Amino acid sequence: MPKARVLIRPKEGILDPQGKAVERALPALGFEGIEHVRVGRMVELEAEDPARLTELCEKLLANPLIEDFEIESIDGA
Amino acid sequence: MLWGVVQFPGSCDERDALHACELTGGEARLIWHEERDLDGVDAVVVPGGFSYGDYLRAGAIARFSPAMEAVAEFAAGGGPVLGICNGFQVLCEADLLPGALLLNESMRFVCRQVELQSEGLSTPGGAQSFTLAGEMLSIPAKHGEGRYWAPEEMLDAIEANGQVAFRYAPGQNPNGSARDIAGVRNEAGNVLGLMPHPEHAVDAMTGSTDGLRVFDAVAGARV
Repeated sequence: MPKARVLIRPKEGILDPQGKAVERALPALGFEGIEHVRVGRMVELEAEDPARLTELCEKLLANPLIEDFEIESIDGA
Repeated sequence: MLWGVVQFPGSCDERDALHACELTGGEARLIWHEERDLDGVDAVVVPGGFSYGDYLRAGAIARFSPAMEAVAEFAAGGGPVLGICNGFQVLCEADLLPGALLLNESMRFVCRQVELQSEGLSTPGGAQSFTLAGEMLSIPAKHGEGRYWAPEEMLDAIEANGQVAFRYAPGQNPNGSARDIAGVRNEAGNVLGLMPHPEHAVDAMTGSTDGLRVFDAVAGARV
């Protein structure tokens, strides 16, 4: 079955406290000069009908009000 | 009056909600999430907890349960619906209420008593409107994802429509919610959601009975 990967991230302009926390922790580990960290999530799945993935993302995997998503098909499936 | 309290796997405040419903003088029963028939209830409470483990996003999976399909139809017909905490998140995910609830700005779970200012409808909402307005309520809040958020233009619209039902009192916003919003109504006025827990403020022994006024207002909104 075709494999796909869905990347979901908080929309631009929405405060992402997880990203902020990661960003604040980095200097203590010696990673300077890292900015604008945003934390999202990734969903891997296999879909019989990849044409329906956009609808699936809009209805369940992402909340379009607060999140953007991208669907990538994974080669070698 | 018969109340129905929806119970999902992972709900945890349904018993307190049943008790609060009964204190309004009505009867109350649980509605298991797999039930498709609300069986003649006059009002519905979607209670707090962690429905379906809050997997994916809080409320995202619960909204597709058979019971929530029935609640959406009930709400479309003008039936009063009260969503509390996770129930509020479910109603937002189901598009029965505007906006979304995000991770608290502090990233910490908050559990504390908060003062809420209730706001009335500024547009004619008819008999379906909740009547609680201009009152200060002391009610506990306990949540990790309670930061109310909506795009600026949506916030302007819900304020203009009188859909803001509750705001945190100045300086008490526990989660970074936009414009101190603690609870909102739908446009028709028959669906109400809030993050703090009125069902935990129904007995003087625990510090406040203000939550009963929220349940009474929902009972009064019965069509």
